[in-house]
Amino acid sequence: MDWVRQLGRWALENMQRWGRSGLFLLSTLAASVLVLRRFELVVQQVFAVGVLTLIIILVSGLFVGMVLGLQGYYTLVDFGAESSLGLVVALSLTRELGPVLTALLFAGRAGSALTAEIGLMKATDQLAAMEMMAVDPVRRVIAPRFLAGFVSMPLLAALFTAVGVWGGNLVGVGLLGVDSGVYWSAMRDGVDVYEDVLNGVIKSLVFGFMVTWIAVFEGYDAVPTSEGVSRATTRTVVNASLVVLALDFILTSLMFE
Amino acid sequence: MSDSKDKQNSSADLVRVSGVRFAFGTRPVYDDLSLSVERGKVTAIMGPSGCGKSTLLNFVGGRLKPDAGSVMVDSVEVPGLGRRGLYQLRKRMGMMFQRSALLTDMNVFDNIAFPIRQNTDLPEPLIRHMVLFKLEMVGLRGARDLMPAELSGGMARRVALARAIALDPMLVMYDEPFTGLDPISMGVIVKLIREVNDALGMTSVVVTHDVKEGCSIADYVYLLAHGTVIGQGTPEELNTSQSPEVRQFMGGLPDGPVGYHYPADEFVSDLFTGA
Ligand SMILES: Nc1ncnc2c1ncn2[C@@H]1O[C@H](COP(=O)(O)OP(=O)(O)OP(=O)(O)O)[C@@H](O)[C@H]1O
Ligand SMILES: [Mg+2]
Repeated sequence: MDWVRQLGRWALENMQRWGRSGLFLLSTLAASVLVLRRFELVVQQVFAVGVLTLIIILVSGLFVGMVLGLQGYYTLVDFGAESSLGLVVALSLTRELGPVLTALLFAGRAGSALTAEIGLMKATDQLAAMEMMAVDPVRRVIAPRFLAGFVSMPLLAALFTAVGVWGGNLVGVGLLGVDSGVYWSAMRDGVDVYEDVLNGVIKSLVFGFMVTWIAVFEGYDAVPTSEGVSRATTRTVVNASLVVLALDFILTSLMFE
Repeated sequence: MSDSKDKQNSSADLVRVSGVRFAFGTRPVYDDLSLSVERGKVTAIMGPSGCGKSTLLNFVGGRLKPDAGSVMVDSVEVPGLGRRGLYQLRKRMGMMFQRSALLTDMNVFDNIAFPIRQNTDLPEPLIRHMVLFKLEMVGLRGARDLMPAELSGGMARRVALARAIALDPMLVMYDEPFTGLDPISMGVIVKLIREVNDALGMTSVVVTHDVKEGCSIADYVYLLAHGTVIGQGTPEELNTSQSPEVRQFMGGLPDGPVGYHYPADEFVSDLFTGA
């Protein structure tokens, strides 16, 4: 009977976490509205997120684009369709790989750092000290980071996509001899602003919201010890990645019928 | 209690705790706690580790609510305050945390300026004056550009003290200000708490389990154990008290009516149940 009790406790604990994270989101959103008036805090955080993630996003984008160029070319050339290489690369990136891989990289790099930072602030009583100084930590610490993550994600995804398209061009045109004009015109003719670009942006906004929410919540909710913070960091990466992949499936099935 | 002094005049008390009952889940911390802190005085709250001293400060700061009883600060009932009222009250309180709790992403100067910048619209030159004045008091004016990670434990304590008094609060609370300090830093902190209290006309609450330092600094002392006040009075009164509980704590004797163990089963039965 022991495992029944454990299962019950596990279920209860998770329900409570869901409840807490929901309430936490509400107060974060309320604080975010107020933080818009102190926008320099948000800009600071966007900058911090950018410093953390920019290099990894650019390098990954480049390699993913190059791989797409190779794989796309070898598949298309069998059908004599290598002229649509530009379109294949661009669509894969704007619709799927740009938003999804950026979100996964973001979760691993910036999300984990956010959780660790907030968790350590809690473990060292910095958040409690702020409360006692009549400063609301949700407004001062959480909301600017949440907004920054939310705002940065589409920008980073756009960068990832742009570099990826360029990487595909590098391989397809530079290495495999696809005509440069054909590569770009196929892309220009085939990519639809609403259907493809806008949907990609919506995806990355949703992912940015979810990943940053998970990251700041896990930090704020961490058990205030070094072990608790390290577990919270792991949970951020795992949960955020799973949520991104699952949501991607749902969003894709809704968007591209 | 023979050594309690008459504290009926409520307007002389800045903090007044009465009939407080509290438990963390199923673990009772207080069953009936009453005490008061007189304006302008340094009051020490002493008791064994884990008896709930930090919890008491959290009641006063409004970070925890007791299950029953009242906590009045400056004639305001703290647990009944809404968010706005609570933040208003906290602007007039300073707290020095056990682990300093300096904000690690800014230097010493900005740490002390933080509560001022967040809570007032004072111009930067004036803030600079206030911060340098506080830093001078704790003898760290030269350390203003250091980051918290570059400070020793004792220096961090002093910075935390300067931050706690940055807004010239009416009430300052110190949570274990003496633990982990060398004798010299300890002496410096003891002297500072007294000086700050008298020079700036504040009221101070010092929570500690350090009997010697607590007595050397306080005008009035409360001894807490098993969820209630077991003794109170001036340090002299407590030192000459006949109560066995008080004498055990003041003398630092391991055996006596004050239990040192966290509640548990009988030791022998625990050993032989083989869980
Ligand atoms: N967040 C918490 N959850 C559950 N129990 C807690 C929590 N915080 C404290 N306690 C319990 O409440 C009791 C009082 O804790 P508190 O921190 O107030 O003690 P203290 O008197 O400040 O001790 P010390 O002198 O060691 O700092 C302790 O026995 C502790 O086990
Ligand atoms: Mg304590």
